[in-house]
Amino acid sequence: MTRFLLNRLGQAIIVFLMVSAMVFGALRILPEDPIYSIVGEDSEGYTPEQVAKIKADYGLDKPLPVQYFDWLSAFVVGDWGNSFQNGLPVTRMINRKLPFTIQLALGALVIGVVFGISTGVVAALKRNTKWDAIATSSAMVALALPEFWLALVLILVFSVYLDLLPVFGSALIWQDPLFAIQSSILPWLALGIGGAATLMRQSRSSMLETMGEDFIRTARSKGVPERVVIIKHALRNSLLPVVTILGLRIGRIIGGAIIIEVMFAIPGIGQMSVTALTKADYPVIMAVTMISAMAIIVANLVTDLAYSYIDPRIRYA
Amino acid sequence: MTQTTHQQEKLDVASDTVLDVRNLSTQFRTQAGVIKAVDNVSFNVKEGEVLAIVGESGCGKSVSALSVMRLVPTPPGEITDGQVLFGGQDLLQLRNEEMREVRGGQIGMIFQEPMTSLNPVMTIGAQIAESLMIHKGMSKEAALDRAEELLISVGVSDARLKMDDYPHQMSGGQRQRVMIAIAMSCEPKLLIADEATTALDVTVQAQILELLINVTQESRTALIIITHNLGIVARYANRVNVMYAGKLRESGSAIDVYKKSAHPYTVGLLGSVPNLMASTEGKLDSIEGEIPDLSNLPSGCAFEPRCTFAQDRCRTEDPSLQAVGAEHIAACWEAEKVQGSK
Repeated sequence: MTRFLLNRLGQAIIVFLMVSAMVFGALRILPEDPIYSIVGEDSEGYTPEQVAKIKADYGLDKPLPVQYFDWLSAFVVGDWGNSFQNGLPVTRMINRKLPFTIQLALGALVIGVVFGISTGVVAALKRNTKWDAIATSSAMVALALPEFWLALVLILVFSVYLDLLPVFGSALIWQDPLFAIQSSILPWLALGIGGAATLMRQSRSSMLETMGEDFIRTARSKGVPERVVIIKHALRNSLLPVVTILGLRIGRIIGGAIIIEVMFAIPGIGQMSVTALTKADYPVIMAVTMISAMAIIVANLVTDLAYSYIDPRIRYA
Repeated sequence: MTQTTHQQEKLDVASDTVLDVRNLSTQFRTQAGVIKAVDNVSFNVKEGEVLAIVGESGCGKSVSALSVMRLVPTPPGEITDGQVLFGGQDLLQLRNEEMREVRGGQIGMIFQEPMTSLNPVMTIGAQIAESLMIHKGMSKEAALDRAEELLISVGVSDARLKMDDYPHQMSGGQRQRVMIAIAMSCEPKLLIADEATTALDVTVQAQILELLINVTQESRTALIIITHNLGIVARYANRVNVMYAGKLRESGSAIDVYKKSAHPYTVGLLGSVPNLMASTEGKLDSIEGEIPDLSNLPSGCAFEPRCTFAQDRCRTEDPSLQAVGAEHIAACWEAEKVQGSK
């Protein structure tokens, strides 16, 4: 197990280096010159010498590889730099905004898991009935809907027409639970339904397969109540492919969170990264990208560990 | 006591008869049409008795057993007729909840594939203990203790260690021993072994069969062995039922069925069992032709197209079961000729 974890840590470091180098290089292709973010809109008031001086202060005049290693060596010791836009330490901005994103992503994940797996299991057990048809076709529709469109429709229906839920404003659940939930329901749905649809389809087919297995017949021949057959014998055995899909969904949720945060004006790191992109705010973009990369790496590790928990035939040496 | 007597009178079942199946018919609706997997089959098994049901794949022997347990997948399967009398009641009339208590509690069942018949993500101990907790109301601790005793009783070495193993860590023979421990855990009155030894190595087959006989004889549990191999049950079965194309074709004591076979299909089955003593030219006899399409059976005897004794009558009239000896019945127009040819 220790060897497995060390192995995965090594892989994580390689992934981290590759992602950071690629993003670092790609940022330089942005048409936006970071100097405008640093000095503000009235850059015309600066002489070329002054501009060159500022660039040198920020290390932007050095060759790209040097800039990258400067950034990397500072990043790994926790110095994530200051934002070009407002001069604030990036770590402080992240600390303030990351909880909103985590709240959004986890809520969407829970919605995906709860709705997805439960409807998938029900559809499998009620195969070829109207319930199965409703669940399966709803999932098809949900898969086809882009998140931003779904977000718009949800806002229109629940906030504008029905006036049930707030359109804007956010709170963290441990600070203002009621308002946090009220204001998060729509973003959670908008971000979570796609995952629910994917998980529904996967758990349906996985459950159908498992219910036809010999050991299910054995369980029934032992007189195990049908409810227990489904939950204890079938569900766990059918979870493996579902967990795989779940691991892959994490990346989608992080990507989707950017759009959802902008649409619902949630002050998370997704919204922050959009602003940072338009301003060529390199330190902020790098920090956000690295956090996303780490989240995906951790999610995949958790998925692999979940495999061995679910299925004893998978053991990591 | 009075109640038992009353029920026995009502259902007219001999006191030592554990299971009495009467006119059982089970169909499957498929796209090719209705398949009569089990067609008007009657048999019974007594306390401590070993009944073998033999026949080729698709002859209806497994479906008969699954019908008794009411485990036929529905749809497409459906028990259309008959009675399954067990413990003074017709199992086919029980509510699902009552039937669930019979399964595992009073009738144990073992299946063909030891590789896939155990839950891969549950420990061996938990899988044995589960039955005990359901039917005996045991606590988890008590059930696990009993499960360990059961593992020892079915000859699993290092039972204590094996309790925490998962099925994939065991051999096929060991898994089948675990299946026997599960099936016997609640001291059932009847054990059904559906091709329980077919998937095992030949040497292991004999061990598992011996074990099945031993555990059931100890407790006078009735045993139904379902197999396509007449050879392996020859030594153990008290009675043998031969099935073909969903129907019972011959039934009698093992000796009668082996020595005085009255149905050409039985003769064919016996001929296809390898025999070390037989001085043939090294070629195994086989039954010519294939089993008929169950959705489109011939109008006469279903075995007629493959039968060497076939007459004109066999093509038009399906023979019913007739006595061909004491407690020996067969469904063949030419039964006497078949017996005389042995």
